[in-house]
Amino acid sequence: MPERELTFAQAIREALAEEMRRDATVCIIGEDVAEAGTPFKVLSGLVEEFGSERVVDTPISEAGFTGIGVGAAMTGMRPVVDIMFGDFITLTMDQMVNQAAKVHYMSGGHWNVPMVMRTTLGATRRSAAQHSQSLHAWFSHVPGLKVVLPSTPYDAKGLLKTAIRDNNPVVFFEDKMMYKLKGPVPEDDYTIPLGVADVKREGGDITLVATSSMVQTALGAASMLEKAGVSAEVVDPRTTWPLDEKTLIESAQKTSRVIVLDEGYGRYGVAAEIAAVIAAGAFYDLDAPVKRMGAMHVPIPFSPPLEDATVPTEQTVFEAARQMCGKA
Amino acid sequence: MSVTASNPGDLAARSAAPVTEQQKWLHAYRQMVSIRLFEEQVNELYIRALMPGLAHLYSGEEAVAVGICEALRRDDYITSTHRGHGHCLAKGASPDRMFAELLGKEAGYCRGKGGSMHIADPATGNLGANAIVGGSVGIATGAAFAAKRLRTDRVAVCFFGEGALGQGSLYEVMNLAQLWKLPVIYVCENNLYNEYTHFSETTAGTILARATAFGIEATSVDGQDVRKVNEVASRLIQRARKGEGPSFLQADTYRFSGHHVGDISREYYRSKQEESLWKTERDPIKLHAAWLIAQRFADSASLDKTAAEIRNEMIAAVKFAVEAPYPSVKEVDQHVYA
Ligand SMILES: Cc1ncc(C[n+]2csc(CCOP(=O)(O)OP(=O)(O)O)c2C)c(N)n1
Repeated sequence: MPERELTFAQAIREALAEEMRRDATVCIIGEDVAEAGTPFKVLSGLVEEFGSERVVDTPISEAGFTGIGVGAAMTGMRPVVDIMFGDFITLTMDQMVNQAAKVHYMSGGHWNVPMVMRTTLGATRRSAAQHSQSLHAWFSHVPGLKVVLPSTPYDAKGLLKTAIRDNNPVVFFEDKMMYKLKGPVPEDDYTIPLGVADVKREGGDITLVATSSMVQTALGAASMLEKAGVSAEVVDPRTTWPLDEKTLIESAQKTSRVIVLDEGYGRYGVAAEIAAVIAAGAFYDLDAPVKRMGAMHVPIPFSPPLEDATVPTEQTVFEAARQMCGKA
Repeated sequence: MSVTASNPGDLAARSAAPVTEQQKWLHAYRQMVSIRLFEEQVNELYIRALMPGLAHLYSGEEAVAVGICEALRRDDYITSTHRGHGHCLAKGASPDRMFAELLGKEAGYCRGKGGSMHIADPATGNLGANAIVGGSVGIATGAAFAAKRLRTDRVAVCFFGEGALGQGSLYEVMNLAQLWKLPVIYVCENNLYNEYTHFSETTAGTILARATAFGIEATSVDGQDVRKVNEVASRLIQRARKGEGPSFLQADTYRFSGHHVGDISREYYRSKQEESLWKTERDPIKLHAAWLIAQRFADSASLDKTAAEIRNEMIAAVKFAVEAPYPSVKEVDQHVYA
């Protein structure tokens, strides 16, 4: 039988539906999550199955309903808080950073916050500076939070189910440009552990470590590199915290050259952290300094030619990799 | 005198002779029609796939922006929202540079960097549209703070949708504005829907009570009646200018189209019947046109002629924008820092 294919959005919805059927304490809270099913239609049909007590529309009050998510999580529920655009996490920062992330530690381990925040990242949708950012590094910086960045429909379903069952606050970033991406997704109840990287393509000459949207870019670049005689390995950490340092370092030791691709800002970002982990762990095996490629250090511009210049593309990754391998 | 779509609202300040009632209300008509026909072209650009991304149309709400901006001076400040084209035009922006911005062109108000949701224009006191709901409440209140400290005699109008009532920062700044008697007018455009959800499902209590709790003067107005809006706004603006402090205006209105240009099937959150009732009975432009005719300030032929002229201006402005070049890619890292 051919494998069943789902879009990224359908995989997310299926994970939520399965977990909501399995556990009556799982609920969804956010703006236009019920009848509208979010502007991206990711949640369509859930309110019909689970009702408005469990798929809860809110006012435009990100700080308020995120705080409600934290409190409800501490007292017996497993809320999935929906923040429509990743840019709006800024409004939730106190609740996430000073409350959710620290409650378990500050209480000496008494209270847990089993909450998921689902939100988005990614540019090139022509949505301009306040609807295009990739701010996952901010949360990755904070002890007490876990951060998940799925790159395929398969990973999205398995990782989201794990995130919902986790007893800690987990932030789940979805690339809005990937919602229509199709891929095989089993119908069964599978989970993927947090902190386990996945080698999306094996290769021997160079490692492309890529997160979220950048995994597809890295795979595209790897095909181009193959034609140019360069064998690229693509490694997807899948979670920025916990981080599977072992898999990243082993791949770097094998290939000796690494480019880290992440749609957040390169400076002080996820790519910087991964580059540092690899530089330290694979120091004696590296033939070149680890290179970071991320969003250009500018607010995302609206104008299409400008916006396109701010993110790594298959072509720019291909060129950088070829150069690093001395084949340019 | 020539009164074009790109003229700001402060007619009186710039014309030598006193403005007659007729001139004043014909100008308001022109401004409203300009917004409507601007938005008509925006929708066309979207349908013809000439505009990158999406845009949120202001059609149906014209009397609010126009009624208020006609009572402002050119150097008064406004802050606007994701649904901002109407505010920009009413404050005096020109359609050609606005269209250019919507298409990401260098000739646009923000050199293409901002797009539909971020148009800003210092020449008309427009501090900027904002894609964060409630994102400009601090900015408007800050502009009022500066106006008071710098004794510029300016006021700031903060436009926001009723959805922004959900944002806590609004309550922080309203408290401060009242404590410090700042010249700011908070204008809540209640078009009944926060995106795809009726405001009654997201708003407890009453809207005005939110302002009166701070002792802020608060009033509501029929947002489809440009003359009523203008009358109330004039009073609130005058109060603010005299140092009597902030006020809050709830303008009841309706957006004729979807939340954004791509929101086509919307019967799951509001009925076609409701939409057509507003469009036929409560269209601010039709209502004002009928009044102008009843007053013998215009006849339907002259109003049609005005609309035809404006439509031609809009078509020319679109042509300008379509033909205008994109900014050079070299500009991408300019303007990150001043
Ligand atoms: C802080 C924030 N949350 C959510 C959004 C997404 N969003 C954009 S417009 C909108 C609805 C706004 O409703 P309202 O303020 O009433 O303005 P209207 O669209 O009705 O003019 C929402 C939820 C946003 N832009 N900013």
